[in-house]
Amino acid sequence: MQQTRTVELGTGLFALLGMGALFFLTTQATGTDDFDADLTFEVTARFENVGSLRKRAPVAMAGVTIGRVTDIEFDPISLQAVVTFVIDSRYDQIPEDSDASILTAGLLGSQYIGLTPGGSPEYLAEGSELFFTQSAVVLENLIGRFLVRGEQDDSEE
Amino acid sequence: MVAALRDLYVTFVQFVRTFGALQLFLCKLIMHSPSVMFRRFGLVVGQVYNSGALSLVIIMVCSLFVGAVLGLQGFDTLSRFNAEESVGTFAGFALIKELGPVITALLFAGRAGTALASEIGLMKATDQLSAMEMMGVNPIRRVVVPRFLGGVIAMPFLVAIFSVVGLFGSQLVAVSLLGVDVGAFWQQLQQTLDSEDVYEGILKSIVFGGAASLIAVWEGYNSIPTAEGVGRATTRTVVITAITVLIFNFIITAWML
Repeated sequence: MQQTRTVELGTGLFALLGMGALFFLTTQATGTDDFDADLTFEVTARFENVGSLRKRAPVAMAGVTIGRVTDIEFDPISLQAVVTFVIDSRYDQIPEDSDASILTAGLLGSQYIGLTPGGSPEYLAEGSELFFTQSAVVLENLIGRFLVRGEQDDSEE
Repeated sequence: MVAALRDLYVTFVQFVRTFGALQLFLCKLIMHSPSVMFRRFGLVVGQVYNSGALSLVIIMVCSLFVGAVLGLQGFDTLSRFNAEESVGTFAGFALIKELGPVITALLFAGRAGTALASEIGLMKATDQLSAMEMMGVNPIRRVVVPRFLGGVIAMPFLVAIFSVVGLFGSQLVAVSLLGVDVGAFWQQLQQTLDSEDVYEGILKSIVFGGAASLIAVWEGYNSIPTAEGVGRATTRTVVITAITVLIFNFIITAWML
């Protein structure tokens, strides 16, 4: 009788620990700030260059994540990148002329979309498009520009 | 020359035959599984206790130190790129996707697999299995299937416990010893780790649990019924499980990428 009790207690404890660990892994260790598809609205923006922006990259306003990139496509007519992202419907009072720029978290961090509010009385809604965009800063271009400027300085002297 | 070729041929045929017999054995186990699960649940619980609960100590101690060394190595490597904060991501990905399932499976083969193989092998050597048959008890149902199911059920839990304890081990080193910010540690991990990565670890743990338990009970059930034969069966269990798990690990990783 004592033997069975130990086995049952041990097994129960083990299974509980295991389930607790599984629960921890699936809920706590992964990102939980996913946005419910029903409670979001979709917005698009065109960029000259998206750099290394990926799907699922965050969309932030004032540093707070309010949405997520869902799709990045190339438009063969305008030769621009079309980025589609969803924004939580709680934030339905974002001015329509807000400015979207592709920023980098830290020096080597991943890229995200930062929104800067505009002044329009119209708000963003499902299917809106952002017209003021700023492309990703490509490090190579930046270095190239510095090099060119350095040469100009030399010739002026 | 001809003799060597014939040897090669015989070895090859032998291998294919053993492989086929293993598949048939697995089918037999799976066929018996549902009824054993419902009618002899007590036996399965006992085996979950044997392979799972009794392996907890070795799993938790090993994972704590694996996580701690990941914290140290990750910190050292990442600090060369000024990215020490990403040590949480590093340890999390390594533990959940690779080291958790693989090391747990190897430890499981060493701790529980050998016990299963030698237990069944010794039952066979002392004619307990034949005695059961004489009494009209199917030894596969009574002895083999509960042990197989116990291993299959215990493995995913063990892997999950390994990953979580390992994460806390690396947090212990990275945060308390090396001074990484605790918020950055978890936040970077949560931001980069997808649920698919966790599912990959769970899938691996289920496959490895099935493979490790199957090999252990197969080796025990087919051991030569002598003291030497049982010893060889235990050794073969560890060797074959290690090879199988590492090959499966590569295949699953390549497939999930």
